[in-house]
Amino acid sequence: MQTPAAFGYERATSVDGAIAALGRFGEDARIIAGGHSLLPMMKLRLASPSHLVDINDLTDLAYIREVGGELRIGALTRHVELLRSDLLARHYPLFRDAEQVIADPVVRNRGTIGGSLCQADAAEDLSSVCTAAKARVVIRGREGERVVGMTDFHVGPYRTAVGAGEVLTEVRLDLRAGAGSAHEKVERRAGDWAIAAASVTVWMDGERVGDVGIALSAVGLTTIHLSRAEALLRDRVPTEDLIIQAGQIASEDCSPFADGRGPVDYKRHLAGVLTQRALRRAIARTHQEA
Amino acid sequence: MAVMENLPSASTERPIGFGRLKRKEDARFIRGQGTYLDDIRLPGMVHGAILRSPYAHARIISIDTSRALAHPNVAAVVTAKDLETLGLAWMPTISYDTQAVLAGDKVRFQGQEVAFVIATDAYSANDALSLIDVEYEPLGVIVNARKALDAGAPLIRDDKAGQRDNLASPTWEAGDEEATNRAFAEADTVVTRDMIYPRCHPAPLETCGLIADFNPVTGQLDIYNGNQAPHAHRTVYAHVAGLAEHMIRIRCQDIGGGFGNKVPIYPGYVCAIAGSIVAGVPVKWVENRTENLVSTGFARDYIMRAEMCSKGGKITGLRVDVLADHGAFDSTAQPTKFPAGFFHICCGSYDLQASHVKVKAVYTNKAPGGVAYRCSFRITEAVYMVERMVDALALEMGVDPIDLRMRSFIGPDQFPYETTTGWTYDSGNYAETMRVAMDIAGYEELRREQAEKRERGELMGIGVSFFTEGVGAGPRKHMDILGLAMNDGADLRVHPSGKAVVSISAQTQGQGHETTFAQIVAEELGIPPENVEVRHGDTDRSPYGLGTYGSRSTPVSGAAVAVVSRKVRDKARLIAASMLETRPEDLAWEKGRWYVRGDAEKGVLIEEIASRAYSGAPMPEGLEGGLDAQVIYDPPNLTYPYGAYIAVVDVDPDTAQVTVRRFIAVDDCGVRINPMIVDGQIHGGLAEGIGIALMELISFDEDGNCLNSSLMDYLIPTALECPDFELGETVTPCPHHPLGAKGVGESPNVGSPPAIVNAVIDALAVTHGVKHIDMPCTPARVWAAMQGRAEPPQ
Repeated sequence: MQTPAAFGYERATSVDGAIAALGRFGEDARIIAGGHSLLPMMKLRLASPSHLVDINDLTDLAYIREVGGELRIGALTRHVELLRSDLLARHYPLFRDAEQVIADPVVRNRGTIGGSLCQADAAEDLSSVCTAAKARVVIRGREGERVVGMTDFHVGPYRTAVGAGEVLTEVRLDLRAGAGSAHEKVERRAGDWAIAAASVTVWMDGERVGDVGIALSAVGLTTIHLSRAEALLRDRVPTEDLIIQAGQIASEDCSPFADGRGPVDYKRHLAGVLTQRALRRAIARTHQEA
Repeated sequence: MAVMENLPSASTERPIGFGRLKRKEDARFIRGQGTYLDDIRLPGMVHGAILRSPYAHARIISIDTSRALAHPNVAAVVTAKDLETLGLAWMPTISYDTQAVLAGDKVRFQGQEVAFVIATDAYSANDALSLIDVEYEPLGVIVNARKALDAGAPLIRDDKAGQRDNLASPTWEAGDEEATNRAFAEADTVVTRDMIYPRCHPAPLETCGLIADFNPVTGQLDIYNGNQAPHAHRTVYAHVAGLAEHMIRIRCQDIGGGFGNKVPIYPGYVCAIAGSIVAGVPVKWVENRTENLVSTGFARDYIMRAEMCSKGGKITGLRVDVLADHGAFDSTAQPTKFPAGFFHICCGSYDLQASHVKVKAVYTNKAPGGVAYRCSFRITEAVYMVERMVDALALEMGVDPIDLRMRSFIGPDQFPYETTTGWTYDSGNYAETMRVAMDIAGYEELRREQAEKRERGELMGIGVSFFTEGVGAGPRKHMDILGLAMNDGADLRVHPSGKAVVSISAQTQGQGHETTFAQIVAEELGIPPENVEVRHGDTDRSPYGLGTYGSRSTPVSGAAVAVVSRKVRDKARLIAASMLETRPEDLAWEKGRWYVRGDAEKGVLIEEIASRAYSGAPMPEGLEGGLDAQVIYDPPNLTYPYGAYIAVVDVDPDTAQVTVRRFIAVDDCGVRINPMIVDGQIHGGLAEGIGIALMELISFDEDGNCLNSSLMDYLIPTALECPDFELGETVTPCPHHPLGAKGVGESPNVGSPPAIVNAVIDALAVTHGVKHIDMPCTPARVWAAMQGRAEPPQ
């Protein structure tokens, strides 16, 4: 039997209550939502939080809705809801691409978007998906709310802009014309973490790329935001030649390390291949939209 | 007529005897109502946890348990010193080596057992592990078996008197070296390959564990432990612990998979038993997933150099040199006299001129094991090697790999066939089975499709393997384990109502014994299988025998059940004769009934005979009442199941991901008792084979840290990696088995990895010049091979 060390437990009944509990228990307390990252770490005794603040009763944080020109996703929205949402798939199909290959149904039934982003594992798919989609997240603390873009969200390996005593409550996505997106992943086995994955969103402006977001999973200590490849493509017609160049940039700008999933050269190679594939598919989807 | 319901039924729903029948045990399994070890809670039970070594090789300077003992819920902390006083610090392995129960002098692999904490609950026991202070002095580490015999290599087994190097067992040979040299000298074509069957792990979903309940008043030791050979375990405990064998009772509850991993006795078992004897209360120890992967019996780890030659278009010779990595203690599963198990069956299904096999083994700073993971003692390694070599030879000769096999097979009229390494294959028609597989696959069409795809830059491979296994160990004239004959008992009692209990020494871990063995009694006696209870898994309630591994349940225990049923049937005949007032020799048998030859209306059902046997009616002269019998079955030979497997794979040219698109498995396991269970066994084994071929690996870094200590790092396949398996069969009954059955549990695990690897290489040979890729064929490793940089796994 794999046993965690002793910990305190409180079940929150409101976001403010959760924030208050975090303040009360101090910085060794952790929010628990789906628990599919935290509990295994606790059982392996890689994590020993003093207290868990359980937010699973905060069902008002579970939603996907259109508000104004935005899609808003509550932090407690489960992977399975992201997978099933036609609204999300219509505007940002890369979420469905990713959710089809994230872990397994058991994990997807419990794991949440907020938990995935706050875990900030560089191999996790939703971090690169949200980066490529240029999402913003809402972080609430005792002092109130703030909105942070994904580029400012990741501050280091397993570290985010969410401070002690704060809770991530919402993910926001702009609804903009001409959007197409895709997520491409290579894994050793269904449900495994990526060897490498690439997320792309393009917003076409006629024949040209109006805006583009490209991010990589599992090829660095944090999610890799490919700003150089984005700059290459922006305001240009995305020819096959440019797509290949973007892939080359992906291979160069990632910083993978060797592990059981593969050596550095293979991961760089994959970063390029998958960036190209995701770009092609994302662009093709904008044509389908038209 | 009321009698009809017990006569043979044409219905396939409920066969009385052989046929597709849903498993009796599934009613509890699919409802989550099985009882596994961790479900058992005894009054007053305490819990154990094991402190394990963080180092692969280190001297133990000191162990301080005082802080752990101060934990309010900790009852005891056991170390090697405590075990020494009981004479239990070391235990024998299945291979006549010794293994430390708890490390006293040194730790020799990462994860080795150092101390055993007993506490009132499992949480406290685990909490207390971090309160034990052990001072280590790290030593040089041997991870790579090829370096184990280098001059100056650190000596791992300095505990063994006279041990001066890391040789675990000296070179063992089979075959004829000179004749093999001649065959190679005369050959047209010779190929050589270096290949590894890498270290993998059976990884049963239920980990290992044991509850020991010693009664200090009576001296009775009750053991609850899911293991594959309860009677043999009891004998070993009696020897090791100096306990009275008749006062030990082992009960195996439902077992969540064994696959060879639950054959050995592990240090945790001995600690729990010692703990209960000392504490006088039940002690439960259940390992966690990490402990299972890093410390319990691994499988394979054979480093092989093979050469194969041909003459006149036919395979003529095979030469193999193996270096086996046994880890820190030699606990490989093997019958006595076979230090390399049955590896020397590696001449496979081919009529060779000569062959020669050499195997030697070394110690390394890795976990011990070498268990027969769904394998009859190293046959998996043998089949992988020979089937890879046939493909390599075909590639070199420029011929189709199936053509080369067809030309080289042992012919159907050559049986019984003595192989060049000394096995006597009893029966077979290999070419016919190969043709059935080709027909199901549409082999010619697949080759056309492959050529077309290659034109378009797509990579598709077709891989073949043809295996012959020797299972059902084994004849007492040839083999034993730790001096125990590899025979199995069966005890059949037909009650007055005609319902029966058959007790067997085979030990199911999910194979469906409760159904299959009931069907054997049903077939032989005509008692419906639902009226036959199969009793097993309790040494007090079953006859002696060596358990379930090496596909031996049906070949040995199945034969025992058939023979014991026939003994009962013979006794029933004598009783029936007296009931029908005729002579036994005038009676004829149909399933479930003795009747008067020539007067079929006049007969008695087995139920009526059973009733009579226990009634007040007089028994025939010299016959005791009741309708029981018991036997011990000694198989005259192994059984030799075989099969033809074809895998079709696609390789992504850019990402190097391998997808098994189709898998065709044609097995000849002789007569099939329950074809549904056989299909299930084949499905499970093929899934495991896909895992071994594509993803499973136990590896270590240079310091001896195990890199695959959870199921996130040790990948086992899911349904998504498995195609819809396409199964076929041929039936060549085993001539010496009473039912003509041969055993099948391991065939798919044995036969599938080479088919898949052959397919991957077939996809890449022409376009990328790839000649070999060691397993597992992960995307990264296949990509490296496509770049011309194929490397063995670390």
